[in-house]
Amino acid sequence: MAAGGDTLTIRRGLWAVAAVPVVFIGYLFVYPMARILWLGISELRLADVLVETRLLRVAWFTLWQAAASTVLTLLVAAPLTWAVSRFEFPGRRLAQALVIVPFVLPTVVVGTAFAALGWRGSVWAILAAHVFFNVAVVVRTVGGMWSRIDRRVEEAAAMLGAAPRAVFRTITVPLLRPAIIAAASIVFLFTFTSFGVVLILGGFQYATLEVEIYRQAVTLFDLPLAAALALAQLVGVSALLAIYSRRQERTASSLVLASETATRRRPVGRTRATVALAVAGTLGLLAIPPGVLVARALGHDGFGRLVADDPVVGRPIESVPTSLWFGLAATVIAVVVGVCAAYVVSRRQTRLSHWFDVVLMLPLGTSAVTIGFGFLIALDVPIDLRASLALIPLAHALVAVPFVVRAMVPLLRSISPAVREAAAMLGASPGRVFRHIDLPIVARAALVGAGFAFVVSLGEFGATSFVARPNTTTVPVMIFRLLGRPGLGNFAAALALATLLGAITALAIIAIDRFRPGDMGTF
Amino acid sequence: MTTGRTLTLLTVVALLAGCNGDGETASTPDTLTIVSHDSFADGVTDETFAAFTQETGIAVEVVAAGDAGGTVNQAILTRDNPLGDVLFGVDDTFLSRALEEDLFTPHESENLASVDPSLVLDAEHRVTPIDFGDVCLNYDIGWFDDAGLEPPQTLDDLVAPEYAGLLVTEDPASSSPGLAFLLATVDRYGEDWPGYWESLVANDVKIVSDWDTAYYADFTRYGGDRPLVVSYASSPPAEVIFAEEPLDSAPTGVVADGCYRQIEFAGVLANGDYPEASGELIDFMLSPEFQAEIPTTWFVFPANEEVELPEVFADNTIVPGDPASIDPAEIAANRDRWLDLWRQVVTP
Repeated sequence: MAAGGDTLTIRRGLWAVAAVPVVFIGYLFVYPMARILWLGISELRLADVLVETRLLRVAWFTLWQAAASTVLTLLVAAPLTWAVSRFEFPGRRLAQALVIVPFVLPTVVVGTAFAALGWRGSVWAILAAHVFFNVAVVVRTVGGMWSRIDRRVEEAAAMLGAAPRAVFRTITVPLLRPAIIAAASIVFLFTFTSFGVVLILGGFQYATLEVEIYRQAVTLFDLPLAAALALAQLVGVSALLAIYSRRQERTASSLVLASETATRRRPVGRTRATVALAVAGTLGLLAIPPGVLVARALGHDGFGRLVADDPVVGRPIESVPTSLWFGLAATVIAVVVGVCAAYVVSRRQTRLSHWFDVVLMLPLGTSAVTIGFGFLIALDVPIDLRASLALIPLAHALVAVPFVVRAMVPLLRSISPAVREAAAMLGASPGRVFRHIDLPIVARAALVGAGFAFVVSLGEFGATSFVARPNTTTVPVMIFRLLGRPGLGNFAAALALATLLGAITALAIIAIDRFRPGDMGTF
Repeated sequence: MTTGRTLTLLTVVALLAGCNGDGETASTPDTLTIVSHDSFADGVTDETFAAFTQETGIAVEVVAAGDAGGTVNQAILTRDNPLGDVLFGVDDTFLSRALEEDLFTPHESENLASVDPSLVLDAEHRVTPIDFGDVCLNYDIGWFDDAGLEPPQTLDDLVAPEYAGLLVTEDPASSSPGLAFLLATVDRYGEDWPGYWESLVANDVKIVSDWDTAYYADFTRYGGDRPLVVSYASSPPAEVIFAEEPLDSAPTGVVADGCYRQIEFAGVLANGDYPEASGELIDFMLSPEFQAEIPTTWFVFPANEEVELPEVFADNTIVPGDPASIDPAEIAANRDRWLDLWRQVVTP
């Protein structure tokens, strides 16, 4: 009787937890998307779409460049991920923070840097930029898992005579697989819906579905065709996600995770040189485009102009607090929603939770124009959110939630049920089991997710550029404002502000990484 | 039972609110909202509408809605329940679409008498011209001096061998000045414009996605290798105003031929609650007081002819006497075809 009551409580609790992400994603994503797609599709003449062979080419290019970008990003990020998650060395935290800087730099700014380097107008420029922007996703998502794999498992294998390569292949990679799949799916979604990079660096010959949707919806106002393309994009992304999600579930292995301090060690001997090379090499490569920006900003006193009063745009530096507030609000929303969602997805393995997992990821793989237009026609009831200040952090959180979920699910699934059961057997209440078994791991994963949520919001990412909004000046908006006017002073100030944005990001990540719950890793 | 009662209550409240709203229409609102593109919203400060607020007691808010095309499309999507009272920033390339969709309530501004009639494109006054900007070829004065070359004078010059590999322009599908330049060539060469573009391509024209890239990455003044760029007539004065060190004169010049005039309009949104007050706001935007701020704030030119240009504009740029312009209806009817044709011509 008592046991039955407990199960019921747990089940009720789970539904209550599920309600948070269901309402969030339902109101901000599913409903607006359904409205806008219906509006477009209901007027669609299929014949118009089928005659456009150009669209097939666009779809094919979108797919293969995203796949290529994902593979390249995984390869480029691998050495650095290995170094920062397996070793302890001076500057490790700094390296981990710096790698995320590219993630927030506005595309137009990076485009200028790439252009100055002569990297432009080819597929290679697009791929290079995608790697540049997304290395952080792999380093942080896979690294979060890798740093918690107990070294003793690998050492046991080595002791039994397995060569290092065999240990890596048969022990490490299988254990990391869920995290690798998680990272790959995020990178794939990002590059699949790439907009600015393709437009600016690819020149006018290349177009992704996202670019084409924008062109059809905004330039030509062919809503039916745009909606058809958006639907095609959505279906393709959902199918891929469903496969990923299933795989991830199947390969998720329960293991007893070790604390990070126990798994990281100081590199010795030849390993030391390899670690140094991996860190310096990758960061050096990633530093080239921002290096150009900093040099140009310094060369024209861009930093001085950040605090100077401009009659039109005010003091550029004043956009910083605005961005920080939005970032904070978006992070809180994304973490609350994301933690609830991840908990539900990892605890219930039914077809429903499976699809829920897919839907949670969809905002990352959906055209920003479509979401923006969807907001416009759907969010005027019950209160008119369409041009409200609250819509900005909500829209940021919509894009950030998938990061929180993806960072958490692999870790949550890896908690061995035996540990939970043992605790329950010893008389711990469900709340207590959660507090002592799940929470330490959840907290760590939530921090990784929170970091991403914060930087997603700081960098703004264009997710909100198609949403009507009150006239507020965030840092990216200020950068666009400055870049939109001729004059060396504006150009230098824009680059200086972009540099500052990068620095703030690195600092925020360092701060988040330092903040740990006290009882971490004591199990 | 409870749900039913709540619903009834909500309905009653909603109805009351609705009645109340209707009742208010006659009186003045506390706030009027302008929906506009980002670049207009960017320039708005607390001062911009202070005089209007002082005079009428009505505060003005600005909602930014993306680029010019996005703004018009958003207004169309929200026609039945608009985001604001006044739409600003429809240009001649999107005008036809906006008018077809019945976005606006006519309002004939009392200040129209001071506006050049060539800017008034809608005889029914559903939209009112507020400013105009000319998209023109800009050249790097220093580069041409060093090279001992005269800057080009006309569109025809651009296909001459001595100007090979010197021009950078923008993709008309993704860039507003890029589209304006294409329209300038359509206006000049008529049905033969694809031939002109073939010559431009043969003369190694460079095409990039947007103005930022063309100006800040490819223009010689910012370290690129193209001394000719499709930009605005207001760019040289901006170069002076935002110079690193104070400058006596602009480092860039404007080619008087081949300019295209973009006119920006404001209109009272059809389903707004306060058409009369909205009309007054448009009158204010045409008043000398507001118009005088336009050049140095948004780097476009005031529609009100009584307003004198600031010195830095008068000294460093020109207002072309006979810029190209194409009937908005013709643009709307052909834009799609022109863009496709253009793409075919320039794609290798």
